[in-house]
Amino acid sequence: MSKIGLIIQREYVTRVRKKSFLILTIVTPLALIGLMFGIFYFALNDVDEKVIEVVDESGYFENKFEDSESIKFSYEKLSLEESKQRLVEESHFGTLYIPEIDIDSPDGIIFLSSSNPSPTLMRRLDGVLNDEIENIKLERSGISQSKLDSLRSDISIKTLSVTEEGEEKESSAAASFGIGYVSSFLIYMFIFLYGAQVMRGVIEEKTNKVVEVIVSSVKPFDLMMGKIIGVSLVGLTQFIIWIVLIFVAGSAVMGTLGLEEAGQMAEASSTVQAQGGAESPKAVEVLNQITSLNMVKIVSLFLFYYLGGYLMYGALFAAVGAAADSDTDTQQFMFPISMPLIIGIIALGFVLQEPNGNMAFWLSVIPFTSPIVMMARIPFEVVGTGELILSMVMLVGGFFLTTWIAGRIYRIGILMHGAKVNYKTLAKWFTMKT
Amino acid sequence: MNEILLDVESVSKNYSNHRALDNVSLKIPKGSIFGLLGPNGAGKTTLIRIITQIIQSDSGTIKISGETLNPSHIRAIGYLPEERGLYKKMKVGEQLLYLAQLKGMPKSEAMERIKVWFKKLEISSWWNKKVEDLSKGMGQKIQFVATVLHDPKLIILDEPFSGFDPVNANIIKDEILELREKGSTIIFSTHRMESVEELCDEIALINNSKVILNGKKTDIKNSFRTGTFFVNYAGDLINQEVDFKILNTSSLDSGLSRSTVQVKNDTNPNDLLKSLINQVEVHHFEEKIPSMNDIFINMVNRKDNE
Repeated sequence: MSKIGLIIQREYVTRVRKKSFLILTIVTPLALIGLMFGIFYFALNDVDEKVIEVVDESGYFENKFEDSESIKFSYEKLSLEESKQRLVEESHFGTLYIPEIDIDSPDGIIFLSSSNPSPTLMRRLDGVLNDEIENIKLERSGISQSKLDSLRSDISIKTLSVTEEGEEKESSAAASFGIGYVSSFLIYMFIFLYGAQVMRGVIEEKTNKVVEVIVSSVKPFDLMMGKIIGVSLVGLTQFIIWIVLIFVAGSAVMGTLGLEEAGQMAEASSTVQAQGGAESPKAVEVLNQITSLNMVKIVSLFLFYYLGGYLMYGALFAAVGAAADSDTDTQQFMFPISMPLIIGIIALGFVLQEPNGNMAFWLSVIPFTSPIVMMARIPFEVVGTGELILSMVMLVGGFFLTTWIAGRIYRIGILMHGAKVNYKTLAKWFTMKT
Repeated sequence: MNEILLDVESVSKNYSNHRALDNVSLKIPKGSIFGLLGPNGAGKTTLIRIITQIIQSDSGTIKISGETLNPSHIRAIGYLPEERGLYKKMKVGEQLLYLAQLKGMPKSEAMERIKVWFKKLEISSWWNKKVEDLSKGMGQKIQFVATVLHDPKLIILDEPFSGFDPVNANIIKDEILELREKGSTIIFSTHRMESVEELCDEIALINNSKVILNGKKTDIKNSFRTGTFFVNYAGDLINQEVDFKILNTSSLDSGLSRSTVQVKNDTNPNDLLKSLINQVEVHHFEEKIPSMNDIFINMVNRKDNE
């Protein structure tokens, strides 16, 4: 095996064998899936049943509120005072008091409750009341129920994107947004996570003093590249394990829970869909749209931008490690490295809103922000081939540039101990002959 | 002993604000233990780093067995730096295997060699130990093994005994001598003059980036002889300016006296002894040979005063 191969192997194996890697790799996604499962489960089985008493003095809303999993309605003939009294004495959640109302200006409807009602509940009550009043008004103006039903329409806009070849493709802003956001954020996280590992590895070799023995056998540049590549493979392994775990566990969850519960949820929510409470059909729709996205392209570009971004920043992190004797020394040099990454992540919100804007274009071409910003744009299918190639070439160029600069700082820095290092020192190292 | 293994010819190295090596030339014979001496900051580490190809010289040439230094020589050199360490979290066996492979040794061969050395130093049970669990001395032993594992022709040891207790220092000293017997050439950089006295065949003294003294240890010591002798005797010794002068005299517990006497350069020790016997009863007679320590301090001070 070549020397750089040996270094890559050591960097990879020592990290992958660590307990912390196993924990981070296996436990994190399981915990995430568990959390999702938990939220899903509790959302569906929110057995904390609430009873709402409807005191309807107007007589318009008798049996108009439909019960759901978590909310039951009971209709009582009481006065306002009596219902208040009952609310204090008994344990039901709230009372909806509807006085005699004038249909044209329905005032005085009150919701009494022992604790604050959720906005969803209020929207739902509001919706039923409004609909009912609307129906009554329509009926009064002589429109029959069947006429009414035929007048109502249910519109859902289908979004299609036109490819460069002129083909139409189904697209979804929501799915693109989600995928764009998640992949950008993952790249941001991975660059920091593994960049910091490279930096710590370099500091470790320096403080252990093992580095002088190593560089008497291999070139400093090979040692640096071996470390950066080794760590990148650790990240890649972690990523692949996560993807596999998420797919396996995700489909297992869907399999056991999904079929039965999703049906229930769809049923439950179909009644409230009109009131804006629908979730399941939309979720199913987004899932469908995700599968309609060009996942092969997204995943391969993700890998490219992850590797490109990481390699470019990894070299800089290595140079910072070489200039430091301990973690605390790195602070002053971390700022300029973190800055473009943070700019990228701040800009993400705007880019996702306007994936074809000027800012989105520039930030996805400049290599220091392109790994984060480009990944946010890719799912929207707004990036032309030429633009993509430009961005990729720039990233590769950025990688060569930072690696060249970092390599020159690294080769001197690793042999320096206890020296006070500032930017001037770095510039001196950069120009120094070995 | 006359074949030259390492030939350093007019090597200079400048850093931005100082000259680390100034026209340094050395010839290190094959199979010798060569002491590279000098005060801190003299340029020893720079010279070693150039030989180990960690850094490059600005000018001059270095040849190993007549060949200009090139990357293929990495395998031929074993280097134990003064600032040394190992990967703390790695197991001893894996670490040695890794370091040997980095030197270009095939894995299977490295395995064999590690086993041989482990047996020799009676540390076979350490294979699976992590370095962080070893004592400092144990770590030093591993480091020594790592340096010589790939059978280098040229072994460079920078302060090899620091951190060793006397027992382990002795074990390592014996190993160094054995390596020389087997034909390795050893460059030995140290401040400990007693180990230079004991081990080195040749020395070079570097001060302020220049070689100020170079040659066989015995020759150098001879050249620093001052015709001074120690005499233990009974009786009264009278200063006779013609033959010798008494530098100082003290009384010994045994009742004898001890004097340091100096003769003129061309005086034969036998003549001195004859004239001493005429005056006193001589119990002990010995030439004062300058120690490497004396020579070192003398030379460094002399140059610094110039």
